[in-house]
Amino acid sequence: MIAHSIFFYTFSLIAIVSAIMVTASKNTVHSVFFLILDFISISCLFIMIGAEFLGMIMLIVYVGAVAVLFLFVVMMLNVAQQKNQWFAAKDSSKHIPVGLIISTLIFVEIIIVIGGWKYKPEIFDINNSLSQSSLSNTHSLGQILYTDYIHVFQISGMILLVAMIGAIVLTFRQRAGVKRQSYIKQISRERVDGVEVLEVETNKGVRIDD
Amino acid sequence: MEYLSVVFQEVYKILFLLIPVLVSVAMIVWLDRRVWAFVQKRQGPNVVGPFGLLQSLADALKYIFKEMIIPSSSNKVIFILAPIVTMTLALIAWAVIPFSATQVLADINVGILYLFAVSSLGVYGIIMGGWASNSKYPFLGAIRSAAQMVSYEVSIGVIIINVLLCVGSLNLNDIVIAQQNLWFVIPLFPMFVIFFISALAETNRPPFDLPEAEAELVAGYQTEYSGMMYAMFWLGEYANILLMCAIGAILFLGGWLSPLEIYPFTLVPGALWLILKILLLFFLFALVKAIVPRYRYDQLMRLGWKVFLPFSLIWVVLTASFLFYFNLLPVN
Repeated sequence: MIAHSIFFYTFSLIAIVSAIMVTASKNTVHSVFFLILDFISISCLFIMIGAEFLGMIMLIVYVGAVAVLFLFVVMMLNVAQQKNQWFAAKDSSKHIPVGLIISTLIFVEIIIVIGGWKYKPEIFDINNSLSQSSLSNTHSLGQILYTDYIHVFQISGMILLVAMIGAIVLTFRQRAGVKRQSYIKQISRERVDGVEVLEVETNKGVRIDD
Repeated sequence: MEYLSVVFQEVYKILFLLIPVLVSVAMIVWLDRRVWAFVQKRQGPNVVGPFGLLQSLADALKYIFKEMIIPSSSNKVIFILAPIVTMTLALIAWAVIPFSATQVLADINVGILYLFAVSSLGVYGIIMGGWASNSKYPFLGAIRSAAQMVSYEVSIGVIIINVLLCVGSLNLNDIVIAQQNLWFVIPLFPMFVIFFISALAETNRPPFDLPEAEAELVAGYQTEYSGMMYAMFWLGEYANILLMCAIGAILFLGGWLSPLEIYPFTLVPGALWLILKILLLFFLFALVKAIVPRYRYDQLMRLGWKVFLPFSLIWVVLTASFLFYFNLLPVN
């Protein structure tokens, strides 16, 4: 049990410190790296409470895919050069009240959910069905997601698809004068179409560009 | 005291796994160069030690005594961290590889997801190295490599789903045991081929070695690295290749199972069978390096997104329908 709490406090300390560093570090690329560290330590916490599937999915989806795209965007846009303009600006105090309101809202929401979980467990009907099963949590997640909640699951997939198509439609533009390479044409080119052997007469030469 | 003995036991086990992995990484570098040379009718490294076996050791010594140069305009912390990340990620994945039903460091429930997660983290070593070098060629190489690895991971994920449909468990030992009667390479042969090609792209091997295409990018993300840090990148790369071979052997070639369950074959321990299968796959990797020209970058992306991904998705539907129709779905 002691080892368990040591690991818990280590991971949560890393998670909190790196979350602070995400906002505090001056270089934007460093912020993204701290965000990745945060994701990793949170997935370690997930694994520690026995939710190994969630922890691994967190690693694969957030660290393996989402954060890579973040890094891409931050590196390509060269925001690192702007060196903390946001905080150094004169009207920096303007966005503090908004931030405070939003963070208070999130905090209250978390308190409501966790308080409900602790003092009124019967309002969560999933809670009961999960606790008796001796299955691994991958199995039990699958059995709930693909039976009782299949429609919700499908709809969330459709929402993601709509978001993807929307992003493509918004950024897609047809440009004139773009030379496209036809894959089929390239690989179906034969030697006879491309190469011609000519008898060249001395001092006469050949025209090659007609 | 109790904790201490547990820690010592685990450290002993980890060393027992890590040291052979590191030695075999050095050995397969030699094997790679030898195979490559033989295809081209050359000798390859054959001077240091018997058959040149100690060549990698000599190379490692050379790298250790070389000067480590850190570019003055680089981001130093991340520059040094990058090879360490690559190496660490390549090595921690070996924790879940089962060498027999009992010989496995961590027999976790979500073994295959762990492997997938670790291999998808591998891209960070390259991005960090490329960005921190603060130079054009490494950055271009890193961007190319990140796009390539993210794209091919998608198709590897779908291929893994194919295998999992036939197994019904994410545990690696369960995946091996499910192949007792029939290795998955036979019913899922197209998936095996796609896995092999995606593994080449995932580990930046030729013909997909665009990130370090020496004709265009000097050495890609490793351009600014020297000495021991370069050696760590290089070791991490080969450890990753071995790991992909091991994943392929476990998913499709029956892991530690012997090919035939009859007398002379059953005497050979399971670990040896797994090693032989890994070596077979690695031999194919080395052959491909020697005989195939490099892909063009747009064709690489086209192959990943427009050919492999739809094909493996259709194969998921086919596998699932087949299993459902013949009532073969693994239900417990």
